[in-house]
Amino acid sequence: MGRKKFLVGGVVILAAVIYLIISSTQANAEYFLTIDELKSQGTAIVGKNLRVSGAVVGDTIQYDPQTLTLTFDVANVPGDNKEIDAQGGLAKVLHEAVVDPKRTRIQVVYSGPKPDLLKDEAQAIMTGHLGTDGVFHAEELLLKCPTKYQEAVPNQAG
Amino acid sequence: MLAEIGYGILVIAFVVALYSVGAAVYGERKQLPAVVESARRAMLLLWPLITLAAASLILLLVGNHFEVSFVYEVTSRNMPTYLKITAWWGGQAGSLVFWSWLMSAFASLVTLRKWDRDREFLPWVIVVTSITTAFFLGLVVFYENPFARYWQTPDGQVLTSMFAPLNAVAMLPPDGRGLNPLLRHPGMIIHPPMLYLGFVSFVIPYAFAIAALITGRTDDRWIRLTRRWTLWAWLFLSFGLVLGSRWAYDVLGWGGFWGWDPVEIAALMPWLTGTAFLHSVMIQEKRGLLKQWNVILIILTYALVIFGTFLTRSGVLSSVHAFAQSAIGPAFFAFIGATFITSIGLLIYRWPDLRGETELKSMLSREALFLLNNLLFMSVLVVCFWGVIFPLISELVTGQKVTVGPPFYNRATAPLFASLMLLMGIAPLSAWGKSTVQTLGRAIWKPAVAALVVTVLLDFFYTRLAIALLGFYLVALVILVTLYEYWRGAHARQKTRGENFFAAFGRLTARNPRRYGGYFVHISMMLMAVGIMGINMFQKETQGTLPVNGDLKLGEYTVKYESIAQFNAVDNRQVTRAVVGVYDNKGNYLGELHPRIDYYPDAQQNMTIPGERATMRDDLYVLLVDWQPATATGATFKIFVNPLVNWLWIGALIFALGILIAVLIPDRETERVVVTRAQPAQQSSAAD
Repeated sequence: MGRKKFLVGGVVILAAVIYLIISSTQANAEYFLTIDELKSQGTAIVGKNLRVSGAVVGDTIQYDPQTLTLTFDVANVPGDNKEIDAQGGLAKVLHEAVVDPKRTRIQVVYSGPKPDLLKDEAQAIMTGHLGTDGVFHAEELLLKCPTKYQEAVPNQAG
Repeated sequence: MLAEIGYGILVIAFVVALYSVGAAVYGERKQLPAVVESARRAMLLLWPLITLAAASLILLLVGNHFEVSFVYEVTSRNMPTYLKITAWWGGQAGSLVFWSWLMSAFASLVTLRKWDRDREFLPWVIVVTSITTAFFLGLVVFYENPFARYWQTPDGQVLTSMFAPLNAVAMLPPDGRGLNPLLRHPGMIIHPPMLYLGFVSFVIPYAFAIAALITGRTDDRWIRLTRRWTLWAWLFLSFGLVLGSRWAYDVLGWGGFWGWDPVEIAALMPWLTGTAFLHSVMIQEKRGLLKQWNVILIILTYALVIFGTFLTRSGVLSSVHAFAQSAIGPAFFAFIGATFITSIGLLIYRWPDLRGETELKSMLSREALFLLNNLLFMSVLVVCFWGVIFPLISELVTGQKVTVGPPFYNRATAPLFASLMLLMGIAPLSAWGKSTVQTLGRAIWKPAVAALVVTVLLDFFYTRLAIALLGFYLVALVILVTLYEYWRGAHARQKTRGENFFAAFGRLTARNPRRYGGYFVHISMMLMAVGIMGINMFQKETQGTLPVNGDLKLGEYTVKYESIAQFNAVDNRQVTRAVVGVYDNKGNYLGELHPRIDYYPDAQQNMTIPGERATMRDDLYVLLVDWQPATATGATFKIFVNPLVNWLWIGALIFALGILIAVLIPDRETERVVVTRAQPAQQSSAAD
């Protein structure tokens, strides 16, 4: 009798936790896409929660401090870490993505302070959604600059 | 020369660690006390050895030996000396040395105690701690050598290795790259060591648990022996988490302190299992229950500690913490896998010996509520773990990478944390063995009503937000229940012994430090909850570009842009520092703030440092976003008002006080409580 009570209690808690996890996942899932994938999906994903990663094209960075509106282009980079390693590491992949004019690019709009790490050939990981105008509206902007801190070897010393 | 010495010592330490493992196992199996003693001495030799290696590393760091690649990566000429020293744990290779240094120190401390009747544990404690040390030493010896140097081959290639490759000549870069500016902050200097202290201390209870499983001495001796270690570990880990949050708040400039970043989660996960462990060992000590569960918890904690070290140091996940990247992932996973499987195998082998001595009877008994607390902590752990591995799972199943962000964690953990708070209000009133709704109701109704009054007052004067009021009700309930319990205990002493109230209060705490230290911790958690709710529910923000003397209003504050200046700091930083005046809504001057942007030329990176005005009611947090000297349009600011956030930091201090009470005052209540019949809480019978 006593055991049964605890068993029922345990099952109730388990069910509640599973419900919490599943419902929260459904409500907050973000689809991780590369820029190529984003472009190929067309209008089907307009408005969905997306997480997109790309290489920041330095020449295109524009910032209006009056309205705190930041716009820049990002170029397609592979989404898979293994693929990035196979192509010679993040720094190299980012560099090639930016200098290659044939890469798929997308314009990003972000509102807020200009992040300190935003510069040419940084990796931008953005959450937000695709607007009907084809521009990516970023709500959150995470930047990584592999060139500065993860460079394996210093430049040749003089 | 120093590099060779340092590396040589690391290699020797690695061999010594392996020897101590081998000798301990052999000596124990063959019953040769002399061999076990030799294993113990080998293990005691580890700390001096690693200290010497670390000293060589620090000399290299301080001496600008940029031919060593680790030194090149984390220091530069213009860094102050204290930062060069702390750069020891500013990069991956150095922090692995730091880890093994702490591990060997703690293992030595444990080995130096008097073993007397616990001698049978000794060999196995040596085995576990030495294997762990050897693993980290192995990583630095074979994969991530902090002493590796740069060499240039005749065809111009630059190589990194310990010894000169064929025909290559040594290369000395003129200056280092310098520590990441984000890490040049006092919070970042003590945050990693705190976290590591917490991580490493948890290895000690794990080592004793494994020793108990192997020797078959599966009573609660291993728990009693390591009670203090567990508390210290918990204190350090908690402080590591809080310091990390404070650093994020002061340095990252997004107005918050916790972003559910995978690396934050990696540090939180062992904290969750550790907290559950801390509670459930009390049930084993008092009632002889949950023995198997406690072993599972400490095994999980150990695995999560190693996993956490790996995540924070490998850059495997994309996060703000991706300061390091390397190929040590497979080694970590192999080690975690091997220790986990071995531990679980031992647990299964001893499973029948670890059966409970009694059974859980009442759903409302203290032990049942503790069990519920454990389940809730484990649920938070499952949510965290799910969030971290969900992208991998979804990619495997659907081919589509799907991630979850902070909203997922907030939504999934909030009900669990709320339940934990409710439990914190009820559990201290329940009795071991058996409680009923009546006994609990009688104990709780006064604080519950008082908490309701507090909530109604808050509804009138502070907020109308229902979810916030629910949160504040729980906070008030826990604090009032805790204070009421404390007061009843002290009052009873005062009446029966004629002590004055404060003496009664002090003696009561001293008589049962674990219980009352725990009360301090509970109250501190509630204060921290107030801070977390404040910033999550009531944060306000605005932004704008101001001409000189222009102002921005937010909440009760007016921020007026007064002036701006640019200058060079001693460490070569270019500082752009604004002066803003702060006024309240009646126009009274409250003081000035100095938000600034530091530009580090060596790293070509900006850091945005907020100006903060902290009060118990809220924090005014002003960021200088942008300023162009060429155009005279003014400066751009972003302003946050973060209500109640300072309760978080105050809570953290009270938390430390609570743990220190529990750790430092010797615990006199060690006898087991055996309760088989219904009985009201002992505290209440004394008070009635």
